[in-house]
Amino acid sequence: MSTAVFKHRADQQAEDNGHTKNYLNAGFSAKSWLLTVDHKRIAILYLISITTMFLLGGIFALVIRLELLTPAGDMLQSETYNKMFTMHGVVMVFFFLIPATPAVFGNFLLPLMIGAKDLAFPRLNLLSWYVFTFGALLGVTAIVFGGVDTGWTFYTPYSSTYANSNVILAALGAFFAGFASILTGLNFIVTIHKMRAPGLTWFRMPLFVWAHYATSIIQVLGTPVVAITIILVALERLFKIGIFDPALGGDPILFQHLFWFYSHPAVYIMILPAMGVISEVICCFARKKIFGYNFIAFSSLAIAMFGFLVWGHHMYTSGQSVYASLVFSVLTFLVAIPSAIKTFNWTATLYKGSISYDAPMIYAIGFLGLFTIGGLTGVFLATLAVDVHVHDTYFVVAHFHYIMVGGAIMGYMAAMHFWWPKITGRLYPEGWARFSALVIFIGFNLTFFPQFIVGYLGMPRRYHAYPEEFQIWNVLSTAGATILGVGYAIPVVYFIWSLRYGAKASANPWKAKGLEWEKADSPPIAHNFEETPVVTEEAYAYEPKRG
Amino acid sequence: MSAKNAALQHHFEDLGQQYESSQLGMWAFLVQEILFFGGLFLGYLVYRSSYPEAFKIGSSLLDVKLGGINTAVLIASSLTMALAVYWAQKGDKKKIILFLTLTLILGSTFLGIKVVEYSHKWHHGLVPGEMFAYSGPLADQVRIFYSFYFAMTGMHALHMIIGAGLIVWLMVKAARGRFTAEYSTPVEMFGLYWHFVDIVWIYLFPLLYLIGRS
Repeated sequence: MSTAVFKHRADQQAEDNGHTKNYLNAGFSAKSWLLTVDHKRIAILYLISITTMFLLGGIFALVIRLELLTPAGDMLQSETYNKMFTMHGVVMVFFFLIPATPAVFGNFLLPLMIGAKDLAFPRLNLLSWYVFTFGALLGVTAIVFGGVDTGWTFYTPYSSTYANSNVILAALGAFFAGFASILTGLNFIVTIHKMRAPGLTWFRMPLFVWAHYATSIIQVLGTPVVAITIILVALERLFKIGIFDPALGGDPILFQHLFWFYSHPAVYIMILPAMGVISEVICCFARKKIFGYNFIAFSSLAIAMFGFLVWGHHMYTSGQSVYASLVFSVLTFLVAIPSAIKTFNWTATLYKGSISYDAPMIYAIGFLGLFTIGGLTGVFLATLAVDVHVHDTYFVVAHFHYIMVGGAIMGYMAAMHFWWPKITGRLYPEGWARFSALVIFIGFNLTFFPQFIVGYLGMPRRYHAYPEEFQIWNVLSTAGATILGVGYAIPVVYFIWSLRYGAKASANPWKAKGLEWEKADSPPIAHNFEETPVVTEEAYAYEPKRG
Repeated sequence: MSAKNAALQHHFEDLGQQYESSQLGMWAFLVQEILFFGGLFLGYLVYRSSYPEAFKIGSSLLDVKLGGINTAVLIASSLTMALAVYWAQKGDKKKIILFLTLTLILGSTFLGIKVVEYSHKWHHGLVPGEMFAYSGPLADQVRIFYSFYFAMTGMHALHMIIGAGLIVWLMVKAARGRFTAEYSTPVEMFGLYWHFVDIVWIYLFPLLYLIGRS
């Protein structure tokens, strides 16, 4: 049976059931979800998987913060603590942050935004979810059978020769998650090139689509390198092949090069899609056309490109040549340029806009501030002398949490609120949402700002005990983490609540621009549009403010 | 297009769009493959420049005859694959199956010879790991050469095995008459994959077998 017949039937069935047909009531069986090729349903499957992993990673974070409440290592043994921060990192990076915005919102929105019925390869899309979930299960298995203690970076030769934990399982989990990420990226690239609706030229595309295009390029070019690296680590552990073992003439630093060749660009896999979200949200809630469309579009590509040239800034102190470090330092500074272009353009978009502070906008503004702090401290760290002073301290930890949590997750939460009515057809409670956005903002800063200070004062990362003079900063940080945890729990409750009790959403509750709002229902029908939309205007054609 | 072709998937406007999408998807996949093998080639280059002598010794212990035969076999299989694509575009079912079968036979021959080579290495104690028994000069570095030998040819062989599975799948589809003059995309895309795997070997052969023989 061809898929076309299946779709037709799905819509027919929904009509027979007496509902307005949409992708959610097109079928209720488990099979209709688990074997779906609808990009919107696959996005929901991904949402469930990654939310579960986020909660798991959050529990590890909580345990870490509890241990650090007191200077003595009194709650966990040092080995257990090593496992906690490793599993927090592995789960959050590989099973939450990397898939989060692309696999959920990219999946759901790309076809809708470009006026297509689906992604170019729907079955490949479903396969990617299964591969991802298999990888996540391997990761969970590694945790259940005693965890892993190498740090999320799996540095050799510790990971390949000495560690007595489930390195292979956890690393293979990351391998499969990466495989899924490649499939997603490949699907996006082809979809963006070949599936755009009539009239949707490259420079009429929403910037969300540009951001995902840049992300996909990184996913396709970077991920395979870490995949082969993980395989070599597994072979080293299993067969002692010697490639990363200095005792046999191997070079552990080679691992770091290969690992960071992917894992630095991976940071941009996390942040670029979030930047795409911010462009959409800011225009909508400032009721203004984006300032400097072309600059934002090209800066996404520039970030993707520069991202591949800066991996050595993770290795200033690990024996890389000074000249290499110098070049990497300069190249890293260059990344600040496209990032700043984006930030300035968003700010300029706000200027003289009619701004309303709904929850997505609060997250977007939070993103602007936190990403700026995260980005600027990144410039500090790119500076050789400063980095030699603060490397492996909490300064670094604070920096990348400002990018990943303050940037990537703020963007993710903005997307969650902005497109929730489109995805579910229900409105979330705005008051609670604004409240929890503020709680998250306060909790986040209280958690991580003290870490800049305590890191600058010299507290190293990855230890379960520390000198007493650092306690005050750690107490503040743990208090902040508690508030942050509450802040993340509130949306989980009201989103689930809204599925049943939330007010019905109209097709375009924000009066936003874009095909997904203007041409598709909330929730959209199974094949997205009644008829293929034709695009006649540029993106973000919001009416200018009068007077 | 008047009547919709049965091969047209619901989310594409026409077969042209579907074909272009498949093509771009396959090329993007191959780019990804290049980066995947690229990691191994990079590692090889790093260690070859660090331990040139050991790599020569290791290379000279490989069976260049079997490697050479395999190179010929694989290039021949690329020819038969190209012919399968040619006949797929003409929609000639019998010829598609014929040339896919030949490609499968040649691919299996390659893998068979590889098994013979691997078992020789095993008996000579050249497989890295607990069983590694080579005790000549530069033993540790020679072990690293063999680590790359097995990792690279092993990954290549894995791609061949997956390719052989896909050929069987294509043969079943061809037998059911799925490929016509209008629609032969899967055969064409698989052809790209097969040629890529071939090209990887074209690089592996001199890098592994021939460097010890100047």
